Amino acid sequence: MSGAGSTPALPDSFLRLEHLTKRFAGTAAVEDLSLSIDQGEILALLGPSGSGKTTTLRLLAGFEAPDTGRIVLEGQDVTRTTPVGRRFGMVFQHYALFPHLDVAENVAFGLRSRGVRGDALGQRIGEALRLVDLAGFERRRVTELSGGQQQRVALARALAPEPRVLLLDEPLSNLDPSLRERTRRELRSVIHRIGITTVLVTHEQEEAFDLGDRVALLAGGHLEQVGTADELYGSPRSAFVAGFVGRSSRLDALVRRQDDQSLWLEVDGVEWIVARSPSDTWAPGAGERVLLVVRPESVRLANPESDVLSGEVVGRRFTGALAQFTVETDRGLLIEVSALPDAAAIGDRVGVAPTGLGVHVYPRVQA
Amino acid sequence: MRAARNRGQLAGWALVVLLGWLVIYPIALVLLESVGGPGNWTTEFLRQFAGRKNEWSALWGSLWISAVSVCLAGAIGIPLAFLFARYDFPGRRILSGLVALPAVLPPLVGVIAFLFLYGESGFVSHLVRKVLRLDGPPWRLEGAGAILLVHAYSMYVYFYLFARAGLARLDGSLFEAAASLGAGRWRTFRHVTLPLLRPALTGAALLTFMTSLASFSAPYIFGGGFRVMTTQIVSTRLNGEYSLAMVETAALAALALVGFWVFGRGDRGEVLVGPAKGAAPVALRLHHRWSRALAGTSAWALAVVLLLPHLTLILVSFVPLGTWTTEPIPPAYSIENYVSLMSEPARLRPLLNSVAMATVATLAAVSLAVAAAILVVRRRVRARRVITTLLTLPWAVPGTVFAIAIATAFSVSSPWTGRFLLVGTFWILPLAYLVRNLPIAGRGIVAGFRQLDPSLEEAAATLGAGPWRTLTRVTLPLLRPALAAAATLAFVTALGDFVTSIILYTYDTRPISLEILSSLRDADVGIAAAYGVFLMLASAVVFALGGERREVEAR
Repeated sequence: MSGAGSTPALPDSFLRLEHLTKRFAGTAAVEDLSLSIDQGEILALLGPSGSGKTTTLRLLAGFEAPDTGRIVLEGQDVTRTTPVGRRFGMVFQHYALFPHLDVAENVAFGLRSRGVRGDALGQRIGEALRLVDLAGFERRRVTELSGGQQQRVALARALAPEPRVLLLDEPLSNLDPSLRERTRRELRSVIHRIGITTVLVTHEQEEAFDLGDRVALLAGGHLEQVGTADELYGSPRSAFVAGFVGRSSRLDALVRRQDDQSLWLEVDGVEWIVARSPSDTWAPGAGERVLLVVRPESVRLANPESDVLSGEVVGRRFTGALAQFTVETDRGLLIEVSALPDAAAIGDRVGVAPTGLGVHVYPRVQA
Repeated sequence: MRAARNRGQLAGWALVVLLGWLVIYPIALVLLESVGGPGNWTTEFLRQFAGRKNEWSALWGSLWISAVSVCLAGAIGIPLAFLFARYDFPGRRILSGLVALPAVLPPLVGVIAFLFLYGESGFVSHLVRKVLRLDGPPWRLEGAGAILLVHAYSMYVYFYLFARAGLARLDGSLFEAAASLGAGRWRTFRHVTLPLLRPALTGAALLTFMTSLASFSAPYIFGGGFRVMTTQIVSTRLNGEYSLAMVETAALAALALVGFWVFGRGDRGEVLVGPAKGAAPVALRLHHRWSRALAGTSAWALAVVLLLPHLTLILVSFVPLGTWTTEPIPPAYSIENYVSLMSEPARLRPLLNSVAMATVATLAAVSLAVAAAILVVRRRVRARRVITTLLTLPWAVPGTVFAIAIATAFSVSSPWTGRFLLVGTFWILPLAYLVRNLPIAGRGIVAGFRQLDPSLEEAAATLGAGPWRTLTRVTLPLLRPALAAAATLAFVTALGDFVTSIILYTYDTRPISLEILSSLRDADVGIAAAYGVFLMLASAVVFALGGERREVEAR
């Protein structure tokens, strides 16, 4: 509580992470991470393994204490509060259901800890199980349940004591792909129905975009970008975000000249005039070498002429209305291009040209 | 939260001090006393030890008896494990249970059963004498041969159980893979099965070596003129040569540590057998009529041999005092031994003593092990390495050594023992049992904790359960199989203990084993056998309970 007065609490953010840093044996798992989450919002922490998303969730739950930084809930510093005192609900990756207790007793566990007894207890267990559509499963052993049912028991158990924040650790990763989408829908509807503030960790972008109102993309313990799915896809603030969200190819390019709307680039010895993405904040100077990130829909197949970037189709992935072609240029660059499935076949010689859609340029990172 | 972490570290060091006081301090004292102790350093006793031929022959005897015991136990246990794991024949399931039966005989009880069976006037000796029309007994159950016989009988179980557990964990698809790669039966055995079983087999060898090095009952009863270190120590002490006994104790401890080191080096590859997803190889059904008959007959013959000591014990326990003299089979039977065991206060006392002392020791060992496991596995305190080492150490030290060490440490009222004069009180034996049981309890419970998913306890915390509620409602219930197994083994070991008791008991606290010994001296074989049956049944019941629990959890 000591720091409560030093930083004025913003009335509009329900849960705030302020400059959190956590090191394990000298290596930073999370570094200077700041995020704020509104009441009733679902925030997805997305990132590759080792990005610090699980550590962030464990800091939120109170299983780990940050080396520096604060966690503020409704203006109250909870950084050093124990998990018990925090009253956050959590669904664990492997559910962590108590195997020696039946379904009802698992749900009752948190209620009993909070002093709920007698008729109220039975009533609250019933409500929680109805919420996840498991009424009538009270006396079943948790080990007899299917993966999807276990996941729902875990959710009911976490929600029953009416926690202030719900934490979900890879909630769908243990389910069959066929079950995942349906469970995701159900999960979303339950969370929305009770309107609880939720933080979820996932490494699947589809899951993050579908469940999260906003997505925080983490890499190497840093927050790369936080925003809606559209913002992350359309206006990636770094080459990492552009590469992680959606499909893309990375090309080396040389800037010849530029104006407000367009860039004149030299790619593999060929001139490309591309539209500048309106959200890009970084502007390269003429003569600068840059990293060009190209979405498959930002390029099209063209005739292989001398002033067109040309190469051979080396891969074709059918995805329905469109196919994704991989073109290897004469100098060995690989570019992914979206086109109609019958536009080319493997082994064809084709050209690749930019469409009018925006591409993203970033400073080249020196290795 | 930081304060909690510091409390954890503090608790860790407190446990180190407590374990050090129980485990290290007595042994250190023995080592000091063997060179005279502070103030009067002397190498006189060392020179005495080195100068006597008896001492060297006892040391050598301990060593070679242990080495041969390992070979014999392996030669019986390993083929049996393969037979039962790989081949199906009539009676396989019942027999595979019977094969582990020697384990329910505490060492002293097994020894007296052998005495009734193969001793000079035992049943088998009588029978052989009759059949061959001999004048005297056909053999004398004495010396190295007798010791090895008992060792082989009681210790092959280690190899059998370890090898069976190892075989059951092997993924059947490994053998299918070997076969599909063109490996024949021998090549598969040599290059797949054996390397994968090696950790289990070295584990069994280590256990056998340490157990026979520490073996006391067999050499004590059957040794005759044959010397081993354990009996040597006790007789030197009885002769009043305390300092020389200290040197002998130190020598035995050193021998044990060498054995521990030699076999322990092979025990590192435990990870070799990963969590197998496939099923264990299915037992091969013997189809040929002759091979079925052969396997069946020899297995049943073996079962009879294995069961004979148990049956003998039960039979003899019904023999009234003074009725069995020269007859091959006792002529009269009654339940008067059991009645006297239950009704005569002097007879009942040792039973109650043993049960009470074993209960106290088991509860203490399990509680200490749980505390150690929490600090080592969950809190990951800085002293965790020291704690686990201290927990395992008594295992590498023979019981006689510990008994002498504890007798030395707690027989004087020094500030180091908290001014408690423990020798001669009720508490000295439970304390000794506790120290001896620390490895059994510690190993099982720490391993159980390691297998427990930490997120279960974290889940309890997010659900508002404090540390105490989490421990009692989540952790301990989930650990029940490990706790039951550890408590079972600890209790049975303490109940039948002879090695430490013979050095530390008093008349008022005399345990069952000492009463068995004195009944034998009075030629009251019936009472001795009745006590033996009690120990055997108690062990069997406790093992059955522990085993059942584990099966329930597995389901």
